[in-house]
Amino acid sequence: MSDKQVRSMLSSLEGFVFDDVPWTSPKPLSESRVAIVTTAGLTVDGNADWNAGDQGFKIIPKGNDDLTLAHYSPNFDRTGWIVDKNVVFPIDRLEEMAEEGIVGSVAETHISFMGAQPDHTLETIRMDSGPAAAQALREDNVDIVLLIPV
Amino acid sequence: MGTLASVIEQQGFATVAISCIREQAVTTSPPRALHCEFPLGRPLGKPNDVDFQREVLNAVFDLLNEPSGPVLTDYPIEIIDDADSPLSCTIPPADTSDRNPAAAEALGLLPAWRRTNEKYGRTTVGKVITAEQVPDMLDLFTRVAEGEAWQEVGLPGDPTKIAADVKNFYEEASLSLSDSAPSARSAESWFVQHTQAGQAIQKARVNMKESGANFYFWYYLLPMTQHHEPTDL
Repeated sequence: MSDKQVRSMLSSLEGFVFDDVPWTSPKPLSESRVAIVTTAGLTVDGNADWNAGDQGFKIIPKGNDDLTLAHYSPNFDRTGWIVDKNVVFPIDRLEEMAEEGIVGSVAETHISFMGAQPDHTLETIRMDSGPAAAQALREDNVDIVLLIPV
Repeated sequence: MGTLASVIEQQGFATVAISCIREQAVTTSPPRALHCEFPLGRPLGKPNDVDFQREVLNAVFDLLNEPSGPVLTDYPIEIIDDADSPLSCTIPPADTSDRNPAAAEALGLLPAWRRTNEKYGRTTVGKVITAEQVPDMLDLFTRVAEGEAWQEVGLPGDPTKIAADVKNFYEEASLSLSDSAPSARSAESWFVQHTQAGQAIQKARVNMKESGANFYFWYYLLPMTQHHEPTDL
């Protein structure tokens, strides 16, 4: 029941709230290129160390299976990730959905940030790294983004 | 996650998000979110269950059909972690009569950790140390547990990162010592409550806290739901 306690302790954290929630009308999923944006702190360079407070991002190229979960927080399970990366980063499921025609295509470029940031205003993500990550997705002609926390 | 979703949506992408802490999704209002009450660290719910993961993805992509937002819906299936049921696994003995019990225990686990690493090709050990350095680190944490100042025992980096490497090493080793993939947090509870290493780090954490160490260093030494105070030890 630890997760219940963690959720309770974190439920009152304040986050940045936009005055107006942005809204982009989607293309049909079957015609869309889909990318994953995870906040698990995944890296592809073998680096298992991602500092608390680092609001940067890493690009996860499709097909790179040498992934490391580098998130700083000890407060979530990692054994699921070890035995099946898809429980965190469901790239194989997306590929299956693309093969079945449910998803138009799977992007070549996926993105990882790290969640549980001490700066709840996320100023760097809002003003700098978030738009930069979006630009990388734009250059890959992504239409729909699937966001997945841990 | 909610704020990040809005940042990306604002850049012209349609986003769908899985939520793992419902109140934060309410507070930050991502455009389209599916709250999944699954174990933290397992946002798709069940490892190695293709059908379950596909159902979750179907549900989150269904949010694209909503005409306006923000929209927050709840996935109808909940999965509860198993922190209350520590994994049961026997630690192989090692010929290490000259080492302290925690270091000897870790040496006994090294072959199991290597089997896991070979089988899955992934590890979360390596923030500061390698798996082979875990026994030596447990010598150092044992000294902190016995009362030495943590800054003076020669830890080669941030103690929270080294403790994470130790915990992750144990959890990954346990995957080769049990019959099936453990339910969420059962390996964590086994490590903290039933291993020499977990108990040494717990005592080190208490000593660091009581000696006035920076909050970050003692608080993140173990998962916050596994903090046991001196009366419990």
